[in-house]
Amino acid sequence: MTVGLEWYLWLSALLFVIGVAGVLTRRNALIIFMSIELMLNAVNLAFVAFSRFIPNIDGQIFVFFVMAVAAAEVAVGLAIIVTIFKRKESVDIDQVNLMRW
Amino acid sequence: MNILGEIVFWVFVLLTIGSSMVVVFHSRIIYSAFALLFTFFGIAGLYVFLAADFLAASQVLIYVGGILTLIIFGVFMTTKITTLSIPQLTHHRYIALIPIGLVFYALVHMIFKTSWPVNVLDVGPTTQMLGQLLLTKYLVPFELASVLLLAALVGAMRLARMFREAD
Repeated sequence: MTVGLEWYLWLSALLFVIGVAGVLTRRNALIIFMSIELMLNAVNLAFVAFSRFIPNIDGQIFVFFVMAVAAAEVAVGLAIIVTIFKRKESVDIDQVNLMRW
Repeated sequence: MNILGEIVFWVFVLLTIGSSMVVVFHSRIIYSAFALLFTFFGIAGLYVFLAADFLAASQVLIYVGGILTLIIFGVFMTTKITTLSIPQLTHHRYIALIPIGLVFYALVHMIFKTSWPVNVLDVGPTTQMLGQLLLTKYLVPFELASVLLLAALVGAMRLARMFREAD
């Protein structure tokens, strides 16, 4: 049995769904953050797998940009979370309703 | 792929899936943060199997060295011992199963319905090709990415200082 493209796509789909489950079921903002990273990694894995089996190296360039955007997102997002924590003493998203109406 | 390579591949798959389950479902956040480390390493190993050597190294450098360090700092700065016992799950966790199932169904349906290509070429080291593409075909997105990173850096510093001024 050889490991084909389908196996990587299965793994990527599973990782993505685990990330979706984390975003939808957890209340801690940091866990939601980590789940978003999981989803980004799942998409990256699919990109690299396609780039291997198509074969076309451009897919790996996209992974590179996804990594850059993820780094920017983590920097700004964590700054926001830490600022919210300093104000409200909590990272529970149910208690953070500043932008809810 | 020989039998040993296949065993290593499945070890990486199990490591990735298992530790990502710990990230999402463990009730203590510090365990989640450290499980994320193993997920990132597992994915870096899978990149090696996909002949993406440069990306595997970047994955370890950027995700483990940068993003995970930031996340662990975030965990240390926001978790108090007393907040560990608060309920961690949302009130509507069972309703959440519906969109989760729908997303999974859509992905699996797509994987089954499409006939995927199977032509694998043996490419050598990818670093040179990636570098040439980044400086020719993808030069503008590359520069935009650096502007984005600079903007994020300035924005994060502004957010961190905002609280100090409000004191």
